[in-house]
Amino acid sequence: MKHENDPVFTALADATFMAYREAAIRLPPDVLKVIRRAAAAETSPVARGEFENILKNIDVAENLDVPLCQDTGIPVVYLTLPPDLPLTQSLYDAVAEGVRRATREVPLRPNVVDPLTRHNTNDNTGAGIPVIHVKPGETFTVTVLPKGAGAENSSRITMLLPSHVYGIEGFVVETMLHAEGKPCPPVFLGVGIGGTFDLAAGLAKEALLLPVDTMSAFEQQICDSVNKLGIGPMGLGGDFTALAVKVKTAGCHTASLPVAVNVQCWANRHTTVEVKR
Amino acid sequence: MKRTVVHLRTPLGDEVLNLKAGERVELSGMVYTARDEAHLRMQKDGIPFDPNGAVIYHCGPVIQGKKVIAAGPTTSARMNEISGFLLDTGVRAFIGKGGMGSTMRKQLEGRGVYFAFTGGCAALASSHMTLKGVFYEDLGMAEAVWAIELDRLPLVVGIDAHGNDIFEAARQHAKEAFAEFSRRAR
Repeated sequence: MKHENDPVFTALADATFMAYREAAIRLPPDVLKVIRRAAAAETSPVARGEFENILKNIDVAENLDVPLCQDTGIPVVYLTLPPDLPLTQSLYDAVAEGVRRATREVPLRPNVVDPLTRHNTNDNTGAGIPVIHVKPGETFTVTVLPKGAGAENSSRITMLLPSHVYGIEGFVVETMLHAEGKPCPPVFLGVGIGGTFDLAAGLAKEALLLPVDTMSAFEQQICDSVNKLGIGPMGLGGDFTALAVKVKTAGCHTASLPVAVNVQCWANRHTTVEVKR
Repeated sequence: MKRTVVHLRTPLGDEVLNLKAGERVELSGMVYTARDEAHLRMQKDGIPFDPNGAVIYHCGPVIQGKKVIAAGPTTSARMNEISGFLLDTGVRAFIGKGGMGSTMRKQLEGRGVYFAFTGGCAALASSHMTLKGVFYEDLGMAEAVWAIELDRLPLVVGIDAHGNDIFEAARQHAKEAFAEFSRRAR
């Protein structure tokens, strides 16, 4: 294979494999912190039982080195490239190679299918998959965010009237009203506001990578309103329907107000690895 | 408050009729995984295991060799309208996440229960499991029917045999809370 002697290809494939493996098995520290905080504060007995299972599951996955969830997701990948590294097809191929290796060795559930024939590729790659977002940066890093379907399927986008900024909170709350227990609450909600139709959705997903152990007053207000729904862990009722709301904004057309909500299950999995060339 | 835990072993019988929604259960014994495709196959070709007192687990596990690697529950609502025939043949319980609709709630009355297992807790689940066999392997790993022996899997009764459904209670609460939110926002 032509990539064999390319050290950048090998390094990026290895780093992608390691990031996917880590993300599937262990949660980021800020995510763990908010789960533990909520588990201690929850008052519903049934919901406390759910938190107990979640905390035990996190320990078992860590101790046995197995994925937290059998839905090991669809691969969403973010790359930062330092100034001296050109963006080539080889980098995309390297990420896909890392995903294939992770599928075999972690192992991951083969989730990626053709959208129409539903034929499974069996290696978690496909047309346009892994999803790869590239940005310039100081260092060469790869971030893997495996996205499970239960939560992704509950996500929504809307084009609000520009005069209805007040409607943003309601749209987020309504998203969880419709979602109920399906996205495996308590959830993390990434909210993209502004930009274009597609950019808002991208921002909503990127917002899930922000630290979740702090919220702005606006984010906290939305989070509190979502929690008043009382859907609770797994839809069984309780104080915590959402663990955090994170917002990312972009400039938008004066006649537009796109709002996207990307729902993420309690297992807000993502790992960043520096690629050593 | 310490909640009591009911210990049950499959095959299940009339003891399921005594369970109450919200009660904690630890389940042991054989269960069978089944998702959408397996339900359609069983409807067409018959059930490949003894359905009497059996428990169906809505789950598409990760299996490696003879081991269950990860086996959390999948969304049960997808099977809402295709599960009644299983109760008719003697199935006594379902395990899944997110609850099931009003059709199933009625079908369970006087016959069986729906257990909720915490979504995403696939590692915890597999630590309570031993793989015993497989049916319909041609459907692929996620859709095949896996026979799995449970050792005290921690569950909660989501829907009991008397029409009590804690998912429905939470849903009603959410609807009322949202109506209240909308009134204030106006």
